[in-house]
Amino acid sequence: MSKNMNLTLKVWRQKNADTKGKFVTYQAGHVSPDMSFLEMLDVVNEDLTKKGDDPIHFDHDCREGICGACSLHINGRPHGPKHGITTCQLHMRSFNDNDTVVIEPWRAEAFPVIRDLAVDRGAFDRIQAAGGFVSVNTGGVPDANAIAIPKVIADEAFNSATCIGCGACVAACKNASAMLFVSAKVSQLALLPQGQPERYHRVQAMVAQMDAEGFGSCTNTGACEAECPKEISITNIARMNRDYFTAKLIKQEEA
Amino acid sequence: MSNFAKTFSSSLGKKLVMALTGLFLCTFLIVHLVGNLQLFKDDAGQAFNAYAYFMTHFTPIKVVSYLLYASIIIHAIYALIISLGNKKARPIGYAVQAGNQNSPWTSRNMGILGTILLVFIVVHMGDFWWKYHNADLPYAKYEISLDNPNDIQVSELPYDANRLVHSEITDLQAGKRIVVSKDLYKIVNNAFQTWWYVLLYVIAMSALSFHLIHGFRSAFQTIGWNNSRYLPLVRFIGVWVFGVLVPLAFAAMPLYFFFK
Repeated sequence: MSKNMNLTLKVWRQKNADTKGKFVTYQAGHVSPDMSFLEMLDVVNEDLTKKGDDPIHFDHDCREGICGACSLHINGRPHGPKHGITTCQLHMRSFNDNDTVVIEPWRAEAFPVIRDLAVDRGAFDRIQAAGGFVSVNTGGVPDANAIAIPKVIADEAFNSATCIGCGACVAACKNASAMLFVSAKVSQLALLPQGQPERYHRVQAMVAQMDAEGFGSCTNTGACEAECPKEISITNIARMNRDYFTAKLIKQEEA
Repeated sequence: MSNFAKTFSSSLGKKLVMALTGLFLCTFLIVHLVGNLQLFKDDAGQAFNAYAYFMTHFTPIKVVSYLLYASIIIHAIYALIISLGNKKARPIGYAVQAGNQNSPWTSRNMGILGTILLVFIVVHMGDFWWKYHNADLPYAKYEISLDNPNDIQVSELPYDANRLVHSEITDLQAGKRIVVSKDLYKIVNNAFQTWWYVLLYVIAMSALSFHLIHGFRSAFQTIGWNNSRYLPLVRFIGVWVFGVLVPLAFAAMPLYFFFK
């Protein structure tokens, strides 16, 4: 059995969006290497609660890397030091005994801190609501596979659709840009036949909402792609740009 | 706002302006480099001075050069606007940010590299472009043998406000062609005798290298031209032509004059 670890945690504590936050240092003793990062925080919170202190607030839900709720910026990287996983899938064996771990919330104007490490990612919902859907009229159920879609296209659309909307791309970007998220949501529909009727309206509406939310611009650093727990490619960003400029500068039918 | 204005004030539109002006500046670099290779010719600057005259007096080139000045200014102003917007997008920064683990250094420092280049462009144009247009430069008189074009006699003429910037006559009796031109070559030669000035150029060219290693490829990504067939070619040109060959060849010019 592997030995338990002692860690020093520097955690961002902030009462709400209107107050100034600060780092508070906690000692996490007897941390099992088999714990997930969130379980480690659960144990710290249990101690804090027993002491009568306010536990550290952080977002979490499914704890199996699929819901996109967990968010922590750990030692300078969204979802911590490992590649292609969310914070809940990060295990304490990725750290060493006596390490100092700095835990911060996602930092973006468009993601205001709700409390401590939990941020409001409602901006993503509003971008989705602006156009990230297909309109389906009711009627008879169409036959399955009635519309042929080449395998490579279906795969590409599926890869884009794996985005869980966690916001790691925004957190990793030096400009707090949401381009990877928005482009994945644009691409998953732009690639498929069902997405065509609203394709050019969608990209314009979603980009306009993205700009209105106050996200930064894309410098093509590729940090988003490197930190995305679902390994979504920045090819999506090029695809979105192509559709956007086509809609704005070349096509004339759609406004 | 018109659709056009809306497009170019969007985050994507502003990046499109950066990409298009950037790529235009890249094509200029190739032209500038090929032209300047004449500095290496062993003819006391005759070809280079003739080229300088052509570039500043041929109307189509003049039109393109104003486009070029506009591109430099627009590229810099848009960079500033976009950077300020990006600062606003993250008002509170991270205490720890391990950018080196997820992105190349060049891509995260385009602003710094670009600022170095802008300062360089101002110094560079002030020392050559401005002087060529406005300063009282001496003239060089080349007497080129008609039988052997490599036989060139050069002599210096003082500045004369009435003299043409460039003139050529062929004297058949004496068997030579006489070319008189404003001597930019001499200015170049003199400038690159100072070690710190040469160093400034070498530093600026390494900034150019890092700026273009990211910038060239990035422009294609912004335009949306990113497909698996051509991406390797774009990457190759970005790194080896614009990141290595072009800056090295430019840096070789001041070094050539310094060590000549």
